[in-house]
Amino acid sequence: MEEARTVKQTVIDRFFGSFGRRAVGMRSSLVFLYRLVLDSLYWTFAAPLLGKGLRVGSTFDEMVKVGVNAVPIVMLISFSIGLILAMQSAYQLEQFGATIFTADLVAVAQVRELGPLMTAIIVAGRSGSGIAAEIGTMKVGEEIEALQSMGFNPVKFLVVPKLLALGIMVPCLTVISDFVGIMGGVSIAVFSLDLGFTRYITRTIFALVFKDLLTGLIKSVVFAALVGLTGCYMGFKVEGGAEGVGRNTTMSVVVSIFLIIVSDAFFTSLFYYIW
Amino acid sequence: MENGDNSDDIIRVQDLLVQFEERVILKKINLRVGRGETTVILGGSGCGKSTLLRHIIGLRKPEGGSIFIKGEDITEMDEGQMSQLLRKVGVVFQSSALFNSISVGDNVALPLREHTRLEESTIQIMTKIKLDMVGLSGFESFMPSELSGGMKKRAAFARAISMDPEILFCDEPSAGLDPIVAAGLDHLILKLKKALRMTIVVVTHEMASMYLIADRVIMLHDGEVIFSGPKELFQQSEHPRVRQFIERRPEEYSEAEIGKYARALTAD
Repeated sequence: MEEARTVKQTVIDRFFGSFGRRAVGMRSSLVFLYRLVLDSLYWTFAAPLLGKGLRVGSTFDEMVKVGVNAVPIVMLISFSIGLILAMQSAYQLEQFGATIFTADLVAVAQVRELGPLMTAIIVAGRSGSGIAAEIGTMKVGEEIEALQSMGFNPVKFLVVPKLLALGIMVPCLTVISDFVGIMGGVSIAVFSLDLGFTRYITRTIFALVFKDLLTGLIKSVVFAALVGLTGCYMGFKVEGGAEGVGRNTTMSVVVSIFLIIVSDAFFTSLFYYIW
Repeated sequence: MENGDNSDDIIRVQDLLVQFEERVILKKINLRVGRGETTVILGGSGCGKSTLLRHIIGLRKPEGGSIFIKGEDITEMDEGQMSQLLRKVGVVFQSSALFNSISVGDNVALPLREHTRLEESTIQIMTKIKLDMVGLSGFESFMPSELSGGMKKRAAFARAISMDPEILFCDEPSAGLDPIVAAGLDHLILKLKKALRMTIVVVTHEMASMYLIADRVIMLHDGEVIFSGPKELFQQSEHPRVRQFIERRPEEYSEAEIGKYARALTAD
């Protein structure tokens, strides 16, 4: 009887204990995330104005890594997306003999939606994972502590150049993606739909308004921040050696893509219903 | 054991309390490090010696107590003040912790580039001098991954002394190295002390290394300071733990404890 009660007690303890531990763990994670975001904002915007400096050199290095080096893959994927969009649109529009509206569909979908989205997903896979792996490896190798012991702020040193580079380069990549995607549409229109290059381009220009480009770029900046912060957060959260680096790198991609799509839904509805 | 207040102390730890959730790691410990002395912090694995070091260099705020470095309480400093103080402190980490993405020369030059406004040519010369000092002349352009474990440690020493610190901390300098390389590092520490007149704090469990480099010894056990004093007194200490450590005796378990352990293993 006595034995049974203690067994029951430990089961209950374990059950609630696991909840408690999870809650405590969650709280400390949230506190850490909050501090990371605040520190990043401070060291990106406030500190340079207060004369505490900005690491311009490493920002340019990061811009090459996350931006310039990603141009070929962004172009390749966006061109394919343009082709797909044009074919799928034409398939529907042919029924009404209105294939010329393919131009409208491709341009608006690419600029408002797929350009920013695909670019962000590529960057999450290429650079978000890279950021998590780099910071995670540095944490495992005591390099982060070494930075701190030299009186350097890890956020200023590691996070801000990456965030700035992403914030500048992801919109640029998005513009490239928009352009190349439309070119994908053009090639289908010219070679398969007999629409004529000039006619298609004129129609595209007519279909697009400035707001389309602007909303796309606003989204891309938000996506850039999400990818950067997720990568950095997952990197700093690494524990337990190489295995931890691998696990958090994977997590950073999964979480980034999830956040990109959820925030995309939010912003699209915002632009659709309110603005 | 001496506990007198000495104005010449460069580091003074008062009632330092460290706990992770409910686990108490350091139980209100007190210790001091004199200026210009080489102090070795000894202790078995898990006794809290690395944790102590992490707190002295401000990587974590303690749950209680104060840590005075050059008379100033670092537990009450903000980030800016701490950053200023850390310029006069060098740290050699257990895993060397060189920045793997930049060359050895850039590793050594990094603190100079970031914290000073020296000309690049001056920085190059200073980097070369520091690398010469640790016996790594001509390795400026090597990447850390191209160096052996012992050389990485030496490069880490060069980086730690690049700002001519007043205090140098070394966490387990000989961990994972063969005895010859480890002895070489001990001699390097002696050489640096002589050449640069630094206060050196070494965390280790290597007795041989301690006998060679220490002026004073602090021994931690189970989160408490069980010995603090000159090296000569350490060997004569009657404290059972100290004796056990010196004589390399394994942990002894009583019959009752062994019986309990055996029962726990076989119980269903």
